[in-house]
Amino acid sequence: MAFESLPDFLAMGGHALYVWLAYGAFALVLAVNLLAARRLKSRALREIRFQARVDRKETCD
Amino acid sequence: MWRLLKREIMVMWRATGVIFNPLMFLFLAVMLFAVGAPPSTGGGSAVASYGGAILWILVLLTNLLSLDGLFRRDYDNGMIEQMATAPQPLFMLLLMRISAHWIAVGLLLTLLSPLLGVLLGVSVNALVVVFLTLLIGTPALSFLGATGAALTVSFARSGALLGLLILPLYLPTLIFGATAIHDQVNGVDNPAALYWLAVVSILAIGLGPFACAMGLRISLEMQ
Amino acid sequence: MGLKTFWHKLGSPRWFYGIANPWRVGFGLAAALLLSVGLVWALVYAPPDYQQGNAFRIFYIHVPSAMIAQSIYIGMGVAGLVLFVWRMKLADVAIAACLPVGMTMTALALFSGGVWGKPTWGTWWEWDGRTVSTLVLLFLYIGIYALRQAIMDPELRGKASALLAIVGTINIPIIKYSVDWWATLHQPATFTLTEKPAMPPEMYLPALVMALGLYSFVGYVILQRMQGLVLEREARTSWVRELAG
Repeated sequence: MAFESLPDFLAMGGHALYVWLAYGAFALVLAVNLLAARRLKSRALREIRFQARVDRKETCD
Repeated sequence: MWRLLKREIMVMWRATGVIFNPLMFLFLAVMLFAVGAPPSTGGGSAVASYGGAILWILVLLTNLLSLDGLFRRDYDNGMIEQMATAPQPLFMLLLMRISAHWIAVGLLLTLLSPLLGVLLGVSVNALVVVFLTLLIGTPALSFLGATGAALTVSFARSGALLGLLILPLYLPTLIFGATAIHDQVNGVDNPAALYWLAVVSILAIGLGPFACAMGLRISLEMQ
Repeated sequence: MGLKTFWHKLGSPRWFYGIANPWRVGFGLAAALLLSVGLVWALVYAPPDYQQGNAFRIFYIHVPSAMIAQSIYIGMGVAGLVLFVWRMKLADVAIAACLPVGMTMTALALFSGGVWGKPTWGTWWEWDGRTVSTLVLLFLYIGIYALRQAIMDPELRGKASALLAIVGTINIPIIKYSVDWWATLHQPATFTLTEKPAMPPEMYLPALVMALGLYSFVGYVILQRMQGLVLEREARTSWVRELAG
């Protein structure tokens, strides 16, 4: 382990701002990509299901 | 072949958007630099060493402006379509047309370059290098830019998009051209820049017409 | 199944959608595993750098993201080639799926580089070989994005992006070389980025794990996006209708 305690870990030897900015950006980018991909797929499925219902005349377009 | 080339040049001469307007832009821009950052007084040496870079950047932008009109008129009047369906391969016709563009624009700028160099504060001993870098480098600009012009010809206001697509491709030419001038001004002996400039131009001349032809065919389908 | 059969089958979006599922899940699991191990290793167990201290941990984000940013663009270039040579519809789906992922990775590489630079070398931004190359890469991505925005017809949009991706990919080595050449001429004498002492395994292994994890992650995301796009484009077919329920 490179750190003695949790406060030490969070402080990152004085470089906390930079390290956590970078890792925060990393988490953000991963989250955004993940969510956007999921949303693309689920929206496509939702649209298809809706269209199917329209075609079966169960609802209006 | 040569008749075609001559005809292309003459057509380009008359199209103000290709030569005349960009040339006026260039002189205006040079004037802006002369007024905004005077090469002779005050920050003399600093601006003098930037002179080559400014020259090259202005040449890039001027080339960009002139490329916009390279295919536009002929795209609108059906000439491009005829070229695409002609018996001669499209890339050969484009080789002629883009060469004509270089002669009309790049070569013209090269011939004007001693004047432009002096106006931008480039030292007199570097003017030969200025001439050489432009002579060797401007073909790359015409041949690389033509593909961008081909892809964007069908859009109404393609200026900024054309710049966005082409300027990254212009970066190596800028680097080698500006560095060669900078080195000459500062008395550093470095012929490598000119050789690399030639490499980029040769690659552009070799591959450019093919990419440009593909781009034009795509744009034709958009009509 | 031979390579030829595989290639032929890729022509069918339906086949692709099916085969993508196990791969996607595989990438997802690999990503989850590798990234968790990698993150803990990078943040907690890797030793701080002798000179840079704990700021060095940013290296474990910066290098993998930069590698992937470039790999994805080259992937788009290859997809572009496939589109022109084999006329495969799926190739355009691949380009469209890769674009946002590649752009965000490039942005992350640039941001993490800047954040790493401040405590390490004193500036948020330095115009050197790598920063300029990565910035140009971002512009190459944005160019394809902007071109796609300008074209309505999907088939032409695909061809135009494919051409641009190929042209960009061919230019990447030229741009990189010229920028590195330029950078060596302009390098300040106080430090050289090129000469670093050989990195011990305790330092480069976490980077390797993070890189593999990130590759798996983008593999997962890109396959997910490709499946979504295939659904959108094949919405009217019976197999999609059946799939949606």
